Amino acid sequence: MNEFWDTAPGCFHPASAPDYLPLPQMRELQLRRLQAVVRRAYDKVQLFRSRLEERGLRPECVRSLDDIVHLPFTVKTDLRDTYPFGLFASPMQEIVRLHASSGTTGKPIVVAYTKDDVEVWTSVMGRTLAACGLHKGDVIQNAYGYGLFTGGLGAHYGAEGLGATVIPISGGNTDRQIMVMRDFKVTAICCTPSYFIHLLDRASDLGVDIRDLSLKIGVFGAEPWTESMRRHIQAVSGIKAYDIYGLSEIIGPGVASECCCQNGLHVFEDHFFPEIVDPATGEPAPEGAEGELVLTALTKYAMPMIRYRTRDITALETEACGCGRTVRRIRRIGRRSDDMFIIRGINVFPSQIETALLTIEGTLPHYQIILTRHKGLDELEVQVEVTPEVFSDKVGSLEDLNARLMRALEQTLGLRAMVRLVGPRSIPRSEGKARRVIDRRNMQD
Amino acid sequence: MKIHQLSVFLENKPGQMIGPCRLLAREGVDIRTLSLADTQQFGILRLIVSDWKSGAALLREAGYVVNVAEVVAVEVPDRPGGLFQVLEVFENSAVNIEYMYAFPFGRQDRAVLLFRFDQPDAAITLLQAAGMNVVEDVEVYNRIET
Repeated sequence: MNEFWDTAPGCFHPASAPDYLPLPQMRELQLRRLQAVVRRAYDKVQLFRSRLEERGLRPECVRSLDDIVHLPFTVKTDLRDTYPFGLFASPMQEIVRLHASSGTTGKPIVVAYTKDDVEVWTSVMGRTLAACGLHKGDVIQNAYGYGLFTGGLGAHYGAEGLGATVIPISGGNTDRQIMVMRDFKVTAICCTPSYFIHLLDRASDLGVDIRDLSLKIGVFGAEPWTESMRRHIQAVSGIKAYDIYGLSEIIGPGVASECCCQNGLHVFEDHFFPEIVDPATGEPAPEGAEGELVLTALTKYAMPMIRYRTRDITALETEACGCGRTVRRIRRIGRRSDDMFIIRGINVFPSQIETALLTIEGTLPHYQIILTRHKGLDELEVQVEVTPEVFSDKVGSLEDLNARLMRALEQTLGLRAMVRLVGPRSIPRSEGKARRVIDRRNMQD
Repeated sequence: MKIHQLSVFLENKPGQMIGPCRLLAREGVDIRTLSLADTQQFGILRLIVSDWKSGAALLREAGYVVNVAEVVAVEVPDRPGGLFQVLEVFENSAVNIEYMYAFPFGRQDRAVLLFRFDQPDAAITLLQAAGMNVVEDVEVYNRIET
């Protein structure tokens, strides 16, 4: 039987009820859960226990939410150093699922879930999809990768929990994705934003106009993207493109999501407590200021994660959202403190380069950053694909385009960057996360 | 009066020219003439082909970025002063020649000059008023053999 909310407009869904909890109740719930998870980590996880003891702290020291700032941080290397199971708080008999991240260097990191953890994950991912406007009756093409990566199964369970129809197509095989999207009358897709742009390009090659299909919602995450990319996606495909956020160390996708207002991502605070700190000092940032997001998984049982340094740069928005949710929002994450590269002493984020490129009409979001070193001097080259909109038969027009791109980059970055116009489709397309920066500085003199 | 010229974006590195040429060869599109503009980074291959519409479609389908521009063809005697007499027409006008190239026309004593003007219509009016032979597109696409 259909309930009224299955077809109700807007983004309210009963699964979303905790998103609307009055603040005093929310804070009280968070405190209770924080105290419980700190106690559990202290009792079960050696690393956490010894770090508390080093500081002369005991679990009872957490008397208010403000006391969280006294607790030690957990960082990514803690997961590597204790590989594979060193941070687990549950015996393997109680663990029903393991996931692992593909480490780019050395060992991967492993995360664990009890049956209850999987249920929490399902509920928060359901709340994510509900916030993006999905209901029972929606047909969701889940193009996140299935496997050790948390994206595929996280979105899958959330969508099933919501009562929607899931197509577990996983990533890759773009032609088949387009066929399924059309033939199965898909209404929503979950994937990385850069993969969706790749899919739009391919659809256009195949003569398929996404606007003619029933697709109306995109649930995009797993990599930083920008407002300009959203505008491009929405204009070309006619869908609403939503940004979602999550990370394996905390639970996977389902930590935070945009709502119908598309103005910041609501953190599901009853499970994930957010803080913003100065990435350099670790000190709490002033209210509303930008800094590194630190998350505590308040209810995670198999692997308690306390004050985890996400490396994602954002700010907490505290003012009320138009959708009526009371849970706080994080600003769209455009950059990570570890995506940042330093060139000639200047910190540069790929998102800044994208912002500069998109001020010039007709440069599609296909670009790549090449870092090289010649005679000890770092050089930054941005390769931009030539599109029919900007191409001209006159050398002067292309040189002018090149000069305008260089000026836009120099204004945004405060340093000189070389621009190289390259042929269409010459920059490798990603089937997962876009690889924006190629750093060749270590391979050279 | 105007001739359709195809321009293809190429990177300035080995092996770039062969792709579009292989494609046109395979599909039986004849290149009447061409000019290649080069910079340190990239090149622009400009082509006059026997069938510009299918040439452009083929190249685009293969993933090339193609621009179609209108150029003006002028037939001149193939002897000293042939180009000069055309340039004289524009000597005191505001019309600018963006670039040009030339090719023999299949007739021993004639050559064809191809001009990319900033104002092609004004250029044609001036050329015709000066009694120049502005060649129709059909004549250029279907080479005259006499």
